[in-house]
Amino acid sequence: MGLLDVKDVGKRFGGLKALSDVNLSVKDNSVHAIIGPNGAGKSTLLNCLVGKLIPDSGSVLFNGASVLGRKPHEINQLGISRVFQTPEIFGDLTVMENMLIPLLAHRDGAYRLHAYSSVSSEKDLTTRAEEMLDEVNMLDKRNMNAASMSRGDKRRLEMAMCLIQDPKLLLLDEPTAGMARADTNNTIDLLKEIRDKRDITIAIIEHDMHVVFSLADRITVLAQGTPLVEDTPDNIKGHPKVKEAYLGETA
Amino acid sequence: MFGLSRSDLRLMCVVLALTLFAPIILNPFPTESAMAQFNAGYPDLMQRFVIFGIFAIGFNILFGLTGYLSFGHAAFLGVGSYACVWMFKLLGYNILPGIVLSVIVAGLFSALIGYVSLRRSGIYFSILTLAFAQMSFALAYSVLSNPKFNLTNGETGLQVYSDDPQWFHSDRLPDLPHLFGIPMRATHQLNIGGWDFQFNFGYYVCAVVLIVAFYLSIRLFRSPFGMMLRAVKSNQQRMTYTGLNPKPYTLAAFVISGMYAGLAGGLLSAMDPLAGAERMQWTASGEVVLMTILGGAGTLIGPVLGAGFIKYFENIFSKINDGVLHSWFSFLPDGLENLMVDLVHPFVGKGWHLTLGLLFMLVVTFLPGGLVEGGQRLGRLLTGRRKASSDAEPNPTPAE
Repeated sequence: MGLLDVKDVGKRFGGLKALSDVNLSVKDNSVHAIIGPNGAGKSTLLNCLVGKLIPDSGSVLFNGASVLGRKPHEINQLGISRVFQTPEIFGDLTVMENMLIPLLAHRDGAYRLHAYSSVSSEKDLTTRAEEMLDEVNMLDKRNMNAASMSRGDKRRLEMAMCLIQDPKLLLLDEPTAGMARADTNNTIDLLKEIRDKRDITIAIIEHDMHVVFSLADRITVLAQGTPLVEDTPDNIKGHPKVKEAYLGETA
Repeated sequence: MFGLSRSDLRLMCVVLALTLFAPIILNPFPTESAMAQFNAGYPDLMQRFVIFGIFAIGFNILFGLTGYLSFGHAAFLGVGSYACVWMFKLLGYNILPGIVLSVIVAGLFSALIGYVSLRRSGIYFSILTLAFAQMSFALAYSVLSNPKFNLTNGETGLQVYSDDPQWFHSDRLPDLPHLFGIPMRATHQLNIGGWDFQFNFGYYVCAVVLIVAFYLSIRLFRSPFGMMLRAVKSNQQRMTYTGLNPKPYTLAAFVISGMYAGLAGGLLSAMDPLAGAERMQWTASGEVVLMTILGGAGTLIGPVLGAGFIKYFENIFSKINDGVLHSWFSFLPDGLENLMVDLVHPFVGKGWHLTLGLLFMLVVTFLPGGLVEGGQRLGRLLTGRRKASSDAEPNPTPAE
C-alpha cells in the first residue's frame, strides 16, 4: 500500500466519461508523475484527490483513510498541499504574510478567532517563515507585495507556502507550464532539492517530458480517462503503447 | 504600548485628541460671526459624527477587509435601536442595559442573516443582504406593529410611554436617558470671548465608546484574524488549499460588523429615545457604504472621516437656504446677486445630496483610496518624502 491509493475511480460529466477504472498507487518518499495527452483526465484526477470534485465511483485513500467527501481545506489539514498551474498566492498581501498564513493554518487549524493578539508578536512563526524564505532565496522580497513579483518568483513563493506546512504529499499541476527553458531547469533543480532534503512524496502532472524524466521515480500514463501503463521512466520511454497514445503525437 | 505599534499608537492618540476636543475643534467661528453656521460643535451633530463613525468602523471590518459588500447593515442598526428602547420601556432609562442588549441582539440577528447571505459572494451577496434589510424594514414598519403584538410601533416609532413598566425607574432618577443618574442631555456651556463651547455628557459617552471601538478595530486589523480576512479578499481558492475554511472567517467578520452597527443603533436611541423603521431603510445602508468608500475602505481612520464628512454635509449644507445665500452675495449688484443665488441654490439646502454626489464622484475618480489617500498625498507633498505604498496609515488630517 502506498501513501496515496486510488482505486477504481470513475467520474462522468453528463455523457462524457472523464475517468474510468483509474488505479494508482503513489509510494511513500517517491516522485510519481502522471502524464498523458490533452483531455486525458489528468486535471480531473487531481481535482478528485484534493476534494474539488467527488468521484462517482471508487475510492481514494490517503495514509489509509478515505478523503472522499472531505472538503479541500480538510484534505490539506491531512497533509496534502497543492501547487496550481498558474501560481495561486495572496496577491494583495506581502510575501511575509503569504508565508505566515499557511503557518497559522498549520498551527491553529481551519479556523480560529485570533482577533486580539498581534501578528507581529508571533516571533516563532516569523522566524520559521524567514528561514523558509531564505531557503528559496526570497528573503530580500519579504515586504514586497506578492502580486508585483515575476511569475517565476510567484511560483517559488507558492512552493514555499506549501512546503512550510510540512506536507506528506505535494501535488504539482504542470509546474513548468509556459516557462522558458532556463526557468524550467531552475524549477527542476528546486524540486530535486526538495525531494532530497525533505521527507516528502511528490505527485506531479506534467506535459514536459524533460521535467518528467529528470524527476520521476515512477510514471503513470493516462489516456482517455484510464491508465495505460505504470512503470519506471526507463521502461516508459520505449513502451509502444505510450508512443502510440502520447509520444507519437508530439515526437 | 497597549499592544500597538508606534504608528498605530500615534493614530490612536490623534483619534483620542480629535474626539475629546471635538467641541472646541468643531467650533472654530465665533457665535455672532457670519461663518457661525459652519460650526458643527453642537451636541446633536457631534453625537451623530461619533455614532455613525462607530457604524462605519464596523462596516469597514467586513467590507474593507473581506471585500464583501453588504447593502443591509442598516437592519442591524435598526434592530439595535429597537432593542435599546425596549430596555428603556421595561427596565428604565439607564442606557447601559439598553446598549448591551442592542449589541447582543444585533449580533444574533446578523449571525442569522450572515449565515444565509454568505452562501453567495459578489453581487449576489450584496443583493441578498439588501433583500434581508428591506424585509426587516417591512417587518418593522407594518408587520410587527399590530394591536395584538406591537414590537415596533410602526410609523410612529417606538418610544417610552408613561404607562410602561420601567421596573428600575425611581423618582430620584431623571425622566430621560441617563447613565447612573447623569442625563445624556447634561451640557456644560463655556463662553470664551465670542465663542460658545458646549460640552455634552451624551457626546462624551459616545466618544468613549468610539475610542474603545476604534482601539478594538486596530487590534483586529493587526491580528492574525485580520490577516485571514484580507486573505479572504485576496484569494479564497488559495485559502482553502492552505487548509483554511473561509466561511467561519467571513461569518465572524459579518457578525462583528453587525455588532458594531447594533452598538451604533443603541447609542442613537440612548441619545434620543425614539426608534423608527426608517433607520433600516436601504438608503441608510447605502449611506454607510458611501461613508466607508469616501473615507477610504480598508484603512483604519478612513471610515470615521467619511462618516464625519457626510454627516457634516447632511446637517450643515442642508441648512443653507436662499436667505443665507442672499446675504452671502449681497455685495454684488442686484441682477448678479440673484443669478449667483440661482446658480448655487440647487447645490445647497434640499439639494445637498447633489453636492455630496459630485464630491463622491470626484473622490472615487481621483482618489480611489478615499480621503485617506488624499491626506497621504497631501502629506507627501508637504514633507516632500516618498512613503512606501504598503504604509497604509497616513498622518490623518482633521475631518472638518
